[in-house]
Amino acid sequence: MQTHQYDVVIVGAGGAGMRAALESSRRTRTAVISKLYPTRSHTGAAQGGMCAALANVEEDNWEWHTFDTVKGGDYLVDQDAAEVMAKEAIDAVLDLEKMGLPFNRTPEGKIDQRRFGGHTRNHGEAAVRRSCYAADRTGHMILQTLYQQCVKQDVEFYNEFYVLDVLLSHDLTSGSVEAGEEVRVSGVVAYELATGEIHLFRAKSVVFATGGAGKIFKTTSNAHTLTGDGMALAYRRGIPLEDMEFFQFHPTGLAGLGILLSEAARGEGGILRNSEGERFMERYAPTIKDLAPRDIVARSMANEVREGRGAGPNKDYVLLDLTHLEPAHIDAKLPDITEFARTYLGIEPYTEPVPVYPTAHYAMGGIPTNITAQVLRNNTDIVQGLYAAGEVACVSVHGSNRLGTNSLLDINVFGKRAGIAAAEYAVGADWVEMPSEPEVGVVTELERMRTSPTGERVSDIRRDLQNTMDANAQVFRTGDSLRQALADVRALQERYRDVSVQDKGRSYNLDLLEALELGFLLDIAEVVVVGALNREESRGGHFREDFPDRNDAAWMKHTMAYRRRPGVTGPPKPARKPRQSKAAAAAAALKAVATSSVEPDGLTHPEPAPEVPTATTAVAGGPGATAPGVFDIVLDYKPVVMTRYEPMERKY
Amino acid sequence: MTATLDQATGAQEGSALGVVPSFDVTLRVRRFTPETHGEEAYWQEYTVTAHGTDRLLDALHKIKWELDGSVTFRRSCAHGVCGSDAMRINGRNRLACKTLLKDLNPDKPITVEPIKGLPVIKDLVVDMEPFFASYREIMPFLITTGNEPTKERLQSAEQRERFDDTTKCILCAACTSSCPVFWTDGQYFGPAAIVNAHRFIFDSRDEGATQRLEILNDKEGVWRCRTTFNCTEACPRGIEVTKAIQEVKRAMIRRAF
Repeated sequence: MQTHQYDVVIVGAGGAGMRAALESSRRTRTAVISKLYPTRSHTGAAQGGMCAALANVEEDNWEWHTFDTVKGGDYLVDQDAAEVMAKEAIDAVLDLEKMGLPFNRTPEGKIDQRRFGGHTRNHGEAAVRRSCYAADRTGHMILQTLYQQCVKQDVEFYNEFYVLDVLLSHDLTSGSVEAGEEVRVSGVVAYELATGEIHLFRAKSVVFATGGAGKIFKTTSNAHTLTGDGMALAYRRGIPLEDMEFFQFHPTGLAGLGILLSEAARGEGGILRNSEGERFMERYAPTIKDLAPRDIVARSMANEVREGRGAGPNKDYVLLDLTHLEPAHIDAKLPDITEFARTYLGIEPYTEPVPVYPTAHYAMGGIPTNITAQVLRNNTDIVQGLYAAGEVACVSVHGSNRLGTNSLLDINVFGKRAGIAAAEYAVGADWVEMPSEPEVGVVTELERMRTSPTGERVSDIRRDLQNTMDANAQVFRTGDSLRQALADVRALQERYRDVSVQDKGRSYNLDLLEALELGFLLDIAEVVVVGALNREESRGGHFREDFPDRNDAAWMKHTMAYRRRPGVTGPPKPARKPRQSKAAAAAAALKAVATSSVEPDGLTHPEPAPEVPTATTAVAGGPGATAPGVFDIVLDYKPVVMTRYEPMERKY
Repeated sequence: MTATLDQATGAQEGSALGVVPSFDVTLRVRRFTPETHGEEAYWQEYTVTAHGTDRLLDALHKIKWELDGSVTFRRSCAHGVCGSDAMRINGRNRLACKTLLKDLNPDKPITVEPIKGLPVIKDLVVDMEPFFASYREIMPFLITTGNEPTKERLQSAEQRERFDDTTKCILCAACTSSCPVFWTDGQYFGPAAIVNAHRFIFDSRDEGATQRLEILNDKEGVWRCRTTFNCTEACPRGIEVTKAIQEVKRAMIRRAF
């Protein structure tokens, strides 16, 4: 085992991680740990653009952008965070331009802007040109530009290192850490893919920027490597996950494959049609039609298919029509996505409409943070030194449905904030004592899977997980479908305990890492489904056919899902110090809500925990401590921050 | 929602969905697993059933997930934008996720090897460090002097178009590892590094062209290129790599960029 010591360790080298690294590494000693080479990160797959109210091509301002973000998120957005993002968007775009990002240009030589779903002029009057873009490869350009700047600044990377545990001063899963008590991060445990060696990174600040978890679904635009690692690691250590039931299904995935075709296709004039050739979005969103927010478009498409107006031999997709656009215009503005249609479906978009269907795309939820990117361990207390930014985090700027382009904005605005905050904290902070033998849990689990001669195959469990999530927790959900998904996920977690890998080597054992990633997926899928089952309303990306309306009276609140040891949902210990009484009351409220809301739904594990790990591994933690059945999911709620906008009916 | 691929042929006007039936395909994989099979590389054949829209990456996944978990390769996005899975497929450098099996003549075994010229670590995984070291050497970042402007730097659409082609690079190494000069001389910068130098040399906002041209004027620089066009053929992004290299050569002679 090797040990390293850095003031700041950033986990993940996509847009958020590298944006954070650029800030942190010029302030203090920083390392970036990434399971991929940085330029492989999925930021590079983002296409359409990054919105900012530059007003380069028409009147615009950040307040309209804030409103669109709040309304697009079906009012579950924390409005203080949305305001920060929309305001800082302008500098975020200009920062990137100054770093060299090759934006498309206006005739005057300024950054060009185009229309995008849900972005409007003057609170919904009409679509506005707000998205700054570089053809349909804006994410690629952002990733490359940030990496170029990291090269320039000599940022220190540990590439192809998997972070497998985050070390905290307290065991939050015990439920006995009182509100107000100081909890700090002390480092991470990582696995070097090339050698199989364990590395211990001691750090004053840790920034999670590990991206999303789209691989819980079968049909997804996400990379194979988007397995919710950061979310699962935090969750396993007792940090809550916020609003995980809200998952975005992007309307235009290539049918059957899920490969993303940017919303920019519709921003540039593309039209969705059903089998009858009808522009059906005129019925669902009369004002902005095909440029309605993604949740609305995805549901409309699924509904067309369900009502028998799907195209194709099986009537199971709709058509994205670009044939009325000039080929030269398509080549200039949408070169990559039209090539995807040609390469993967053999479709010529100049002359034929492209088969499309919704594809799992983006987790609105994640590790809760405040607007300084500090990670919350309950509704109000932060974990000292721990930060999160990008898709792994939930600030929440996306609420229950993210607007297109706001993810590239999120990673730049909050990545930058996380990097600055993490470095500034580390400069003034003391080192935190690490637990003794912090790697034991990780090593035990790795060795068990690697050396077990036979057992369940990773790909079988993963396929079954993805199938049940697609069938039961996708665009349309019901109580019955979600209960089925939960039963399936729990059964798969049981099977996962016997998982074994065929590759028994130490060098580049990707078989082994896929097994670990499957463990993360199972944990995340469970939280998604439990949250979805619990939320008996429809809002944004979460649509319950048995509760088809938004219910602000009961549900205008964020879900907070905690992993806790069984039996800690009872009344909390009284606070020792009087000054903590307010916080303790909050904690009591948390647990009361948790108890009453969880049990009637049967969401806690009813049976006593089988095979509780030995005390040593349980305390040392890591994947070894996460066998299903050992922990309960405790649900609580966090109020939505509202500064300017009262919830209104969401019409487009 | 899946396209059923082995029925309804001809039902759709020209749509690839529903046209190509499933078929068996054999992959002949170049393996190198020093931990279990010693220091010699060897061939291993696997046969899997594939569907009409399957890519070579799908077949490799089928092998790894159903037949032999020890077969090792890098991959991530699976649609040609991350650059992880460049490999030598039937003797040509390509991305496994952009190569459709039906385009490869599945009647014969498909050979799959690691890209050449970089040290093989395990199976199809090579050491990418020498490749990225060359990239870093050409100063792949915007170089400017003086104060930054308050807002964006201005650039006309024509100026932006001048270097558009080389901004598409995903650093997959398909070009560099297809270059016969690079195979025999690992010190050569290689096409990818020159492409990324081109991206900045011809960017109207950049002021570092002289420094970059100095670096590429080295004996391991652009003059080693023998214009065999392997790189252009290999590029999965359709970048005219050889042309970019020629433009850099010309800029070096004329000092005009």
